[in-house]
This record gives sequence, structure tokens and C-alpha cells, in this order.
Amino acid sequence: MARKTIKVGYLSRVEGEARLELSIRDGTVRAARLAIFESPRFFEALLRGRHFDEAVDINARICGICPVAYQMSTVHAVEDAFGIRIAGPLRALRRLIYCGEWIESHALHICMLHAPDFLGYESAIAMARDHPQAVTRGLALKKAGNAILAKLGGREIHPVNIRVGGFYRVPRKRELAELVDPLERARDLALETVRWVAGFDFPRSERPYTFVALRHGREYPFNEGRVASSDGLDIPVRAYDAHFEEYQVPHSTALRSRIRGAGHYLTGPLARYHLNADLLRPVAREAAKEAGLGPSCRNPYTSILVRAVEVLHACDEALAILADYEEPEQPAVAVEPKAGVGHGATEAPRGLLYHRYVLDGEGIIRDARIVPPTAQNQAVIEEDLVEHVQRSLDLPEEALRHRCEQTVRNHDPCISCATHFLKLEVERE
Amino acid sequence: MGRTLVIGIGREQRGDDAAGRLVLRALVDRLPPGVEPVEEEGEAMALMERMEGFDTVHMIDACRSGAAPGTILRLEVSAAPLPELGFQVSTHGMGLVEAVELARALGRLPRRCILHAIEGECFDFGAPVSPAVAAAVGELARRLLEELGVAGKGEDDDARGRSGS
Repeated sequence: MARKTIKVGYLSRVEGEARLELSIRDGTVRAARLAIFESPRFFEALLRGRHFDEAVDINARICGICPVAYQMSTVHAVEDAFGIRIAGPLRALRRLIYCGEWIESHALHICMLHAPDFLGYESAIAMARDHPQAVTRGLALKKAGNAILAKLGGREIHPVNIRVGGFYRVPRKRELAELVDPLERARDLALETVRWVAGFDFPRSERPYTFVALRHGREYPFNEGRVASSDGLDIPVRAYDAHFEEYQVPHSTALRSRIRGAGHYLTGPLARYHLNADLLRPVAREAAKEAGLGPSCRNPYTSILVRAVEVLHACDEALAILADYEEPEQPAVAVEPKAGVGHGATEAPRGLLYHRYVLDGEGIIRDARIVPPTAQNQAVIEEDLVEHVQRSLDLPEEALRHRCEQTVRNHDPCISCATHFLKLEVERE
Repeated sequence: MGRTLVIGIGREQRGDDAAGRLVLRALVDRLPPGVEPVEEEGEAMALMERMEGFDTVHMIDACRSGAAPGTILRLEVSAAPLPELGFQVSTHGMGLVEAVELARALGRLPRRCILHAIEGECFDFGAPVSPAVAAAVGELARRLLEELGVAGKGEDDDARGRSGS
């Protein structure tokens, strides 16, 4: 009986620490396991007993790449519990800082982590020698995204200016105007990046994903919307728990998610695009079309292209927000704590990020739940692996191993964000 | 002569990883004119950006190469690729080595780039700086000032000879 096990002991070019194991018997892939071994981090337990204002900055620490997403889901969930709605310039500024995060996070993944897979390089450094322009472009894009974070958040990583109700300080009009030139340049670079990525040779694939993303109806989603799926689910964020559940598997310190009574689903750029492509900024919609993307895209290898389109969208959206910006009268609306349960979901670069808090009348968190995108995507990543490895079994060992890694990187997993739970289980035979 | 930058790299909450910053703080008040100090966490892109426009860059960091704790290393990195010395203590695995090698691949590495590393012992969260590393901090600050053309002073002399290189 021919039996083969492929192990990638330490996955490189992903955020965090994970291992990959595949077992193949008699020419059939029996199992694929994305084993997340990064230590659990207990953020949800850490939040219990903390004031809601602290949660915003504690949660920023969950991720160095997408801290804004964690802060945004936090403030929206708490505001939901307190019955606060943010509108006007404060809402626009939240969208602006989210644009910054998408730009820096996607640019890093596209140019430094994922592109080397398509061009046949071991790393971005090796790729930089032959494609210096593309790498320089990626770095410049990342810098433009970081500039938005620094301007609105006070610093590039783990911003400190976001609070429930708005911001601690809002920028003056002329301060924000300083972002216009760099963002106009970034928009050009983003368009060049879409065109560059469109020329890659993508492995063929057509996956039967159930997509889940926010759908807002009037704008490509960052902070707001209903939770929608490609199978017709359309629910308010507060109904998330009634339709989704988390469960545990022994080989991972991250929980995974499924739709109750249905199955696994994918969140992230492909899902957002499927459910909201018509709401991209015209320049991004046009670029997507030119790059050969239809109204939906089920080939995970082309997720890099959708990411590039989203970078272009975010640059253009940021410029639109800057053009319309009027200074708000107050940096934040009044916040009156109220006992209750709050739900929030926003679109992190990697996908839907759901938070739920139980708060008491003093605004102290009694219970917290955080469902990160990578946790939700884990099962689908394993399903992708089974399918793609099955079709690539005739590849030489090294090429097969590489294809596996590329398949995982399609979903830009952020392992550090995903791990937050540990129940020790020992498997014995 | 072009501009010179001294970067103290590390994270204060991670035990001996703070060494780079501590060296910088030990010498910052005595830097000669034209030499700029800066502290960094060690994230690759930030480091690359910091180095831009400087003719000479001294990077100070902790490492984990297997040598005795407190061992001081001096490497001219402009000429040859950085050896794998275990600098990976930054977020998400893109750190000093990636910054240097990416800058080199893009032709953006400063003309002279020197890495001063102190072998660390413990990088745990909240750990204090271990005694061997603390001693090496003073010694490296003294050596670096000497290299930058600042004459040594008596107060540093007792740090001399405590750590091997």
C-alpha cells in the first residue's frame, strides 16, 4: 500500500506559526491538517472585568498587521450595546483608517508574501533582485497605508487614537490634506500592481465555496453591513450567533467556524468581492474587468488579484473621503454605558471579524467573544488542500510541497489572530 | 563625509532583546555631531525606511546564535550577506535580516552598514536583562563610541574586559 506523508514543519510567509500535514494513501489524499501550534493568547478572558475603553487598546494588540480591524469591531460592538450610532465625519474617518489598514496589509501580502509563489522564488528578497520595481512598489504602497494609520491613529502599528464614540483627537482639514499627494501616487501604484498581478500564471481551480461577508448595500464594506452569504443568508450582525457556531479540533489551538446546519464557509477578499463587486469604486471595478475578473471569482489562486483590486479601491475611497472631509464639532460623541449585549462585525483585510460583549451598567466587560477571519477560514483552507493536492499528485515532491504552501497562502492566514483558545487533548493509539 | 545613523533595535518587554536599545541609551548623550540616534522594534520595513539616505548605519541588536551570553559580535554587513544568527524576535518573522537583505537586493543598503550584536540569554516576556548582557551593554557602548571617534572616559573603564568577544 503506497503511503506518503507530506509535512511542512514550519510554514513560511504566513503571519504566525503553523504546520501543515497531509496524508496520502493509494493515490488519494486522506487528510490535510493545518496545525496551528502558536500558543493560545486568552484575549477573551483578559477582557473580562475590563472597562470598555480599555478593550479598544487591548484588542489592538491581537494583531500587528490588522490592529484597526480589532479596534473597529470592538467599538462597533460596544456602541451597539450602548445604542450609539456614529455618522458624518466620524464615520468617514473610521472608513479612512480602515482604508489605510487594507492598503498596508494587502500590499505586504501581495508583494512580499504571495507574489514569490507565482514567480518561482523562495522569498521576497530573492524576488527583489529580479523584480525590484514590483517590490519597491509594494513597499511604497505599504508606506502610504501606514501614513493613514499614523495620521489618524497616532502611530503606524497598534494605533492609540480610536475610542468608543469616535476618536480621542480628530485631524484638522489641512493635516489630512497632507495625505492627498501620497495617496494619489499610491493609487497609480495600486493600478500598476493590479496589472502586474494580472499577468501571473494562476493554477486553475473552481471551488464550491459558500462565501460570507458583510453587505452594506451602498458601499464596499468596511465597518458596517448585514452578514450575507452566497447561499442567500442575510442577517443583522446581532443574529450572528444564531447562524454560526465555533467548534474545536485537536490539532489546532484555533477554534473553527461553520454555519449552523450547513457547513464551512470562506470569508475574505473573494467573499467580499462576490457579494459586493458592484460597489467597488469605478476605477477598481474597471481594473478588475481589465484584469479578467468576472462578477465572481472562485479560484483561490486569483485571490491575490482581488486583493490588488481592493488596494486600488481603498486608495480611491480614501481620496474620496479626504476630498469630502469636514472637521466634526467633537472628536467623539457622548458615551453613556448601559448594561446589555453588543455585537459588532467589520471587514478585516482577511475577512469578517465578529465581536460580542456582555457589559454591565458601569461599562465593565463581563463576557467577550472574538471570532477572527483566519479561524473561520481554517476548515476551507484544509478542504482546498485536499482538492488541490489530489490534482497535483504527479508533481515532484518539492513542487507538491510548494503548491501546498501556496494554497495556504491564498487565504493570507493570520495565525496569531486565530489562536485564542486552548483545551489540551492528548491523542493516544 | 555622509550622515551616520545609530539604531538601537529591540523590545523592552522581552528580556535581553532590549540590549540594542540599552546600548543606544548608554551612548546617546555623547554622540558626536552628525550622528543620529534612533530606537526601533526591529520590523523589517520600518528598519529599511530608517536606513534610507544615510551613508553609514550602525545597527545594535540582541541575537541568539548559541555563543556565550554577553558575547559581542561586530559584522560588516555591506559586503556580504548576513549569516543566520537568530535575530528573529520581531513580529511576524520579518526582521533585521530581511531588512538588510531586502535593502541589499534593491540596491538601497547604505554604503557602510555595521551590525553590533550582543548574544542574549533570555527573551521571555517581562524577564529582566540578564547580568552578562547588562555588562556587555556598557562594553559595547564604549566600543561604539570609540569607533565613532569619541574618546573613552574613566566611568566606562570598569565595564572593560567583562565580556568576551
